[in-house]
Amino acid sequence: MTAIDPSPNHLQLTRGGQLRHFLTLDGLNRELLTDILDTADSFIEVGERSIKKVPLLRGRTVVNLFFESSTRTRSTFELAAKRLSADVLNLDISTSATSKGESLSDTLLNLEAMASDMFVVRHSQSGAPHFIAESVTPGVAIINAGDGRHAHPTQAMLDMLTIRQHKGAFAGLKVAIVGDILHSRVARSQIRALNELGAEEVRVIAPGTLLPRDVEDLGCTVEYDMARGMKDLDVVIMLRLQKERMEGALLPSEREFYRLYGLNQDKLALAKPDCIVMHPGPINRGVEIESAVADGPQSVILNQVTNGIAIRMAVMSMAMGGQMAERQQKQLEREGGRA
Amino acid sequence: MKVGSQYESLRITGGTLFDGAGTETDNTGLLVKEGKIVAMGADALNANADQQYDASGCVIAPGFIDLCCNLREPGNGQKGNIASETLAAAHGGFTTVCASPETSPVNDSSAVTHLIRDGASLRGAVRVLPVGAITRGLEGELLSDLAGLKNAGCVAVGNGSRGVKNARILRRCMAYAQTFGLTVMFSPENQALAADGYAHDGQVTTRLGLLGIPEVAETAAVMEMLLLAEETGVKLHLSQLSSGRSVEMVAQARQRGVQVTADVAVHQLCFTEEALAGFDSRYHVRPPLRSEADRQALVAGVQAGVIDAIVSQHQPHDTAAKQAPLPATEPGLSSIESVLSLGLELVKSGELSRQRLLTALTLGPGRIVGLSPEIACGADADLCIFNPSASWQPCEQTLVSTGKHAPLVGRELTGKVELTLVAGRPVWVANH
Repeated sequence: MTAIDPSPNHLQLTRGGQLRHFLTLDGLNRELLTDILDTADSFIEVGERSIKKVPLLRGRTVVNLFFESSTRTRSTFELAAKRLSADVLNLDISTSATSKGESLSDTLLNLEAMASDMFVVRHSQSGAPHFIAESVTPGVAIINAGDGRHAHPTQAMLDMLTIRQHKGAFAGLKVAIVGDILHSRVARSQIRALNELGAEEVRVIAPGTLLPRDVEDLGCTVEYDMARGMKDLDVVIMLRLQKERMEGALLPSEREFYRLYGLNQDKLALAKPDCIVMHPGPINRGVEIESAVADGPQSVILNQVTNGIAIRMAVMSMAMGGQMAERQQKQLEREGGRA
Repeated sequence: MKVGSQYESLRITGGTLFDGAGTETDNTGLLVKEGKIVAMGADALNANADQQYDASGCVIAPGFIDLCCNLREPGNGQKGNIASETLAAAHGGFTTVCASPETSPVNDSSAVTHLIRDGASLRGAVRVLPVGAITRGLEGELLSDLAGLKNAGCVAVGNGSRGVKNARILRRCMAYAQTFGLTVMFSPENQALAADGYAHDGQVTTRLGLLGIPEVAETAAVMEMLLLAEETGVKLHLSQLSSGRSVEMVAQARQRGVQVTADVAVHQLCFTEEALAGFDSRYHVRPPLRSEADRQALVAGVQAGVIDAIVSQHQPHDTAAKQAPLPATEPGLSSIESVLSLGLELVKSGELSRQRLLTALTLGPGRIVGLSPEIACGADADLCIFNPSASWQPCEQTLVSTGKHAPLVGRELTGKVELTLVAGRPVWVANH
């Protein structure tokens, strides 16, 4: 026998295949990912208007639940919800109820009781959004804004949007992700998205201590040497290196890391001349990237931020659509049951 | 027959007898009187009996023996207690369970051992054999009064699921336990390598960004323990192996004469790391569920007899313990009621013979704690009668344990315990 599979899991999609939560890119096909990108494209135009609003989420309540601090992600989610005309509540949970001993479940049930329609969740523990969607408030659309080391699907999708804007398509692209892959939820989601969208090659460039076990199984090749890894690249994505990685013998020093894996103009010159440089932010100048590169002509780092709003508008409106469709379906079933 | 029914003598007819040693024969009659099996075959059929039990279609086996069960008493009543968890054991066909020292307070003194034994004799459905804590408070630093624990009735000493501080202390623990002929039970895990992990370091942790416990956290500890056992001469029992390489190392050590035995938790034989793929916190167990290759090697280890016993590693919890994101949940399954059914899945798929499964639930673990379960005249009437083809569904209503986080809740499982007798006393009778 093969091992017993205890839990077949189709959490994110309605029976009709519509998005109802956005937790991970695992299990989402190319068609759906492309749909997200196309929808985001249509929202970019909204951001260029003098009145930057569409009424798609009017009357809906979106709660930003950030159990871990964030500036960029939270503000772009807030702007995205407001541009969709939702009522937005921002909760910085790291300093509120949970520090008084209230459990995560209880905090969420209280918010659900306030008739919330959508939770945007960032949490330090991998799987927290899954737990909420599955066990706590299944009637509320859950958007993962980053959970532990697991996934950051809106970040990966805004990166895909940026790549598509600059490169047109994914076929034939060679993309490298450089730095702390082990601790990166962004890298995991990017590798998944690039594979599903048909990139030719995804490389990860890092020392052995910053790579998870059997990382190749995610759909990438491994390169320890950055000079070799930069060859023929169309896109290079730099990851943020946290200072605490020097503790616990993962790395000897920032200086050695920068020398080996920091992106400077010399290393960038080894890639294709039109290679774009990306970074999910916040950047550590002089640790993983040189200022001249971060601010240089090949950098698209600020485009990423702009695209973040459009992607989040797309995902929020699509998930709310799926959630509403499901509520209607259940309502019909209940009425059918009564008749 | 009902739970607690009184009788003068009970005649069991029909069904298949499994004698504990590995042979199955047709039951030609079994007579139970005053807690013992007093006659078999024609003698049993001709004797007077005021109670009859028809076991047609069933297997009659010695009651199962569990080397690792958490009864949660004293101290963790919200998770379970001796009454609830020994009844769950009876439902699972077990007649003897070894009580883990991980209670509150820890079972590191004869007073706590007596408390557990007294609780068991007053409220226990099955026999309870306490395992003592080898270090005080299970802290892994100072020795407990091992001679005192032995005198109070501990059948072995161990450190629960926790490790000891370093190899020097481990060596002294073994040497001191050896002085009294005590078997030591250790869950091999190198704490520095396991660090903050909670899942098998492999494909699933890489994909889901979970913190991994590498396989070497177990194999390095197994190697260290085998070498120290060889040196000190202690009887070593390795609890809850999770890696295929550990099985190899145990087999090799045995070949060169090390006194080592081993067990595996039933869930390790049926599930792999993939059980966590949907962040299902029920399958957050320690040691973690590992790869399919590990699972196969563990099953093969049971089949070959390298692994002596299958245990439940029963860890009942209150719902709050599992109601959190996976990394924040407590490890453990509520599994004692499902051991037989899960084992029979392996028999069905041809990976494990029924004889080996039953030996690993009876004689295998029995020998490690000094019991020799058998079905013979003069033996204790500790019996498990189960129907291997009847089915049941683990769910809130059918599970007796306080912990409802059993594996495969809501699925139809085959292998139903019909009757459990402890010293002839019916402690579980299935209702129809």
